[in-house]
Amino acid sequence: MSRWGMVIDLQRCTGCGLCVIACKLENNVAIVGPEESEKGRTMLWMDLLAMEEDAGAHTRQRLVPRPCYHCDNPPCTKVCPVRATYKNKEGIVAQIFPQCIGCRYCMAACPYTVKSFNWYRPSWPQQLRKTCNPDVSVRPAGVVEKCTFCSHRLQLAREQAAAEGRELREEDYQPACAESCPAGAIAFGDLDRPDSTVSRWIRNPRVERFLEDLGTEPKVYYLREVD
Amino acid sequence: MQSATAPHPDEALLRPIEHPGKGFYILLSILSVILIFVGVIYFRQIVQGLGVTGLNQPVSWGFYIINFVFFIGISHAGTLISAILRLSKAEWRRPITRMAEVITAIVLAIGGLHPIIDLGRPDRVLHIFTSGRLQSPLLWDVASITAYFTASTVYLYLPLIPDIAILRDRGVRPRWLYEFLSWGWQGTEKQKKILERAINILMVLVIPIAVSVHTVISYIFAMTLQPGWHSTIFGPYFVAGAIFSGIAALLIVMIAFRKLFHLEAYLKPVHFSYLGSLLLVMSLIWFYFTFSEYLTGYYGHEPNEMRVFFYKFSGDFAPYFWAMILFNFVIPVALLSNRKTRTIPGVLVASVAVIIGMWLERLIIIVPSLANPRLPYPTGIYIPTFTEWMLFLGAVCVFILGFAVFARFFPIVSIWEIEEGRKESAQIVAKRVASYMPHLPEEPERPPSSNRPEGGPS
Repeated sequence: MSRWGMVIDLQRCTGCGLCVIACKLENNVAIVGPEESEKGRTMLWMDLLAMEEDAGAHTRQRLVPRPCYHCDNPPCTKVCPVRATYKNKEGIVAQIFPQCIGCRYCMAACPYTVKSFNWYRPSWPQQLRKTCNPDVSVRPAGVVEKCTFCSHRLQLAREQAAAEGRELREEDYQPACAESCPAGAIAFGDLDRPDSTVSRWIRNPRVERFLEDLGTEPKVYYLREVD
Repeated sequence: MQSATAPHPDEALLRPIEHPGKGFYILLSILSVILIFVGVIYFRQIVQGLGVTGLNQPVSWGFYIINFVFFIGISHAGTLISAILRLSKAEWRRPITRMAEVITAIVLAIGGLHPIIDLGRPDRVLHIFTSGRLQSPLLWDVASITAYFTASTVYLYLPLIPDIAILRDRGVRPRWLYEFLSWGWQGTEKQKKILERAINILMVLVIPIAVSVHTVISYIFAMTLQPGWHSTIFGPYFVAGAIFSGIAALLIVMIAFRKLFHLEAYLKPVHFSYLGSLLLVMSLIWFYFTFSEYLTGYYGHEPNEMRVFFYKFSGDFAPYFWAMILFNFVIPVALLSNRKTRTIPGVLVASVAVIIGMWLERLIIIVPSLANPRLPYPTGIYIPTFTEWMLFLGAVCVFILGFAVFARFFPIVSIWEIEEGRKESAQIVAKRVASYMPHLPEEPERPPSSNRPEGGPS
């Protein structure tokens, strides 16, 4: 069984934000408009966090891509009263939109604050409506959503591989953010396979995860930036 | 309505039921108008989505969850206080227990509805029963609140039966209601024994359930990893706070009914002084818990914990935090520790302060932890909207409405327990004292027949 994970190399990342756009289009994430955004209701499955690094004499700002960390020990799935979010066999923390009752307990429990809520019925500007991805269901109002590692792509890739009668290859299944990154800063693959790109990357001494002391075991790793 | 020949000794308690008066209907219409308006506002929330509230991405819980915790907290007034007073055989409890039990039933119904108001998909609420996960603290809540609601409504109803029978026998209308609810109560020895037994079982049962309810509500927060929430003290802290706000609510209700129904003969200053002392004790306990909770957080000085701490202590929430200390500790302690101010007006001021303070406490527990996420997001600001204020108003109106309707149809002070007290309490207390007091002069000035050395309830 695979254990999907991601490594983001901050040395390569330019902070261009293409992963954010690609994710938004791929997953039909609603566009809430400036007023709602002002209220703190922006919906982003992939976000860019502005982090301040204390580098001795000077502080430095940098942008860090933030998907869902798909923890191996997820605090959000534990508290869900109706099993609308759960960790599947391949380690992806999934959301079942038709099951969610919208209590937002998982949002309150997530130490990384990655979840978004559909405060209204999702909507898109007229011009963007045609770009919606038919492979991803549009969420109704009142449910919680977040990054799924583009698991619909996994389904398609699996079917494709089965039709061609071969094993699933790493390049068959890449989430939109990894695929779109122009700097090649995002690697995605099976953490259980020692020869996969992610497995090679996490052997790098620069590797770190966020809030590791909480014991959530996130499956998204970062490679620290060095000067 | 006119069947009573000789005036009943507790005429004051029966009058509001037999001759409701105009006030009741005026109040009813005012409350109905407000509630219809609130209903429309809520309907708008259902149609449009939770976007009509002030909630946002880090602050995903607001007024509804605050009010949920607050109202369920008040419910501890009731049943718990009434059960403890009954259990400890405090004779002065007799005019108080009924009101306390009514508070519990009404407020639990209000509080229990709040999580549903808060849901993004209230249409899917039954998923909790069809596919609920017992591992989620929310399910523990559903279980214990349901148990508490059942137990406390039964506990309200049972001691009500003899009173309903009194109303039935006086021919008060609507007759079918009292006929049905009195369950053929005739006041025979056997019936009395069964009723007493049932009340005794329930009052013991209700105490652990009540404690579990607020413990489990605190677990909603304490089970997460969030700074300011993840604390082992939360269970007892919430229970203490709940009893604290419950006593305050009970005192306000008592003072209101004393004034409205002219119950000065039943609710004497001594009742307010006793309950006022209890409120004082709870205020001190509350402060002790608050102090321990914040000192532990501060001393450890864990960075995320400190962000939340200073947000409350000197940041955006400082006005609310210090107001909470003022309302929950300074005002009640100042007023209640002095016998001169532990009067009815003094107790009223202290109780109102405590109610405001405890509401602020719930706000201070819930919002700051959410508003300060660990990763560097823009800090959340939560400003409740008109919708949330209106639903808060609606909850308060339902509380008043519930009380008004109950007091219209049922005696707000237990008539039979007062009667029983008039007949028997002096003897019961004398017997009890005789059973443990050494070297009591054999014959006090009362009829000696019942003065056996032991055998009374201890």
